Amino acid sequence: MSQIVKMQGMNKYFGKLHVLKDINLTVETGEVVVIIGASGSGKSTLIRCVNGLEGFESGKLEVDGHPLEPSRSNQKSLNEIRKEVGMVFQQFNLFPHLTVKKNIMLAPMKVKNESQVVANGTAERLLQRVGIADQANKYPSHLSGGQQQRVAIARALAMEPRLMLFDEPTSALDPEMIGEVLDVMRELAKEGMTMMVVTHEMGFAREVADRVIYIHEGQIVEEGKPEDVFDNPQNERTQSFLSRVLKH
Amino acid sequence: MEFQFQFDWQAAFDAIPFLLKGLPYTLLISFGGLAIGFVLGIFFGLLSINKHWFLRWPATAYIEVFRGTPILVQVLFIFYGLPDLVGAPIDPLTAGIAAIALNSGAYISEVVRGGVQSIDKGQKEAGLSLGLSRTQTFWTIIWPQAFRRMIPPLGNQAIVSIKDTSLFSVIGVGELVRQGQVYIANTFTAFEVYFVVAILYLIITLSLSLILRLIERRGLTSV
Repeated sequence: MSQIVKMQGMNKYFGKLHVLKDINLTVETGEVVVIIGASGSGKSTLIRCVNGLEGFESGKLEVDGHPLEPSRSNQKSLNEIRKEVGMVFQQFNLFPHLTVKKNIMLAPMKVKNESQVVANGTAERLLQRVGIADQANKYPSHLSGGQQQRVAIARALAMEPRLMLFDEPTSALDPEMIGEVLDVMRELAKEGMTMMVVTHEMGFAREVADRVIYIHEGQIVEEGKPEDVFDNPQNERTQSFLSRVLKH
Repeated sequence: MEFQFQFDWQAAFDAIPFLLKGLPYTLLISFGGLAIGFVLGIFFGLLSINKHWFLRWPATAYIEVFRGTPILVQVLFIFYGLPDLVGAPIDPLTAGIAAIALNSGAYISEVVRGGVQSIDKGQKEAGLSLGLSRTQTFWTIIWPQAFRRMIPPLGNQAIVSIKDTSLFSVIGVGELVRQGQVYIANTFTAFEVYFVVAILYLIITLSLSLILRLIERRGLTSV
């Protein structure tokens, strides 16, 4: 197995706030890594660094062999990384002026110069896969939150990414729609997709993750197999966090 | 002696053919100026939100100068002042179009800036994370959404600029108001003539409002 993400001694600040502290983390190809932690702990910032949506101040980051400078000055590397890394956002961020199908076709046609016919075929196949083939010609605002997020996943998959980043993909959803999005993610994991998932869904983490990482105030304080982290957390911060989120 | 004013309908109707000669000038200055103003507005509006200060600064200077001075002063400056600088006279029509272009361009810059900044930054992030370049992200994702939001304020600016052309009677462009003044000098029917002039402006601006409302309605249903 090869390492698709390598972070070494990464530090990031928002002004004076030290949001990521000496992060060392590697992700193997095919691995599902779930990152948990309280709001504001830096977990979202961490995965946003992977595709260069955030820069960092010091340390090393390499994604699929492409080094990413702290200031993101290496535009070529950044472009390569973004082509290979898909991202799903908490707020879906679908393009409201395009139909569902056009949302999915845009990047393959613009970035990979795929023909309309090929992109169309891919879009239809992906919509089938996430279970909303019948919504292809609607605009995003006419879909439920759960459907929108499934479109967002299909849109990212259309670029055939080697790694998928999920930034709290179910946090903006009504409770009854969380399941349908997690099901799609579960399928993806089963098919061998490499995934980094930031989530508050502890059930999903326990079931799907190969490795769980707990972040507290910008530091990785606990890391291990889900059963170890959830059933036998070593760090007292992790213990108190888990006791708070698992109680209800 | 009792004073009694009678609206002379015949005089009003008689004035129409002469006044209508001013209509092409009013329309040419308005829409010619607005077309150039739109290009200026996109250019300077986008520069004004550029991350580089040396691009932002000149754009902001342009916007503040042309928004902060009266359009009457601007057109007088272009018509009477600029010829001294360039050493050649500028014809009134060109001066009028230039004044509308520069003036509306400054306001449209602000409309463009506001429109672009109103788009959620998640849209840009989604575009970039899919591998689109910054330019592709802007023109295929941000701009179409921003433009839709810009339509009402752009329509507003068009109506303001159309009415502003009436000021250019002072430099002798034969537009609607100028035609009215010339006509009144011979007939002394000021009330009737300015009434007709006002109606003609209203016809232009109301038609524009109607068209814009139709465009907006179409735009809204597809989002």
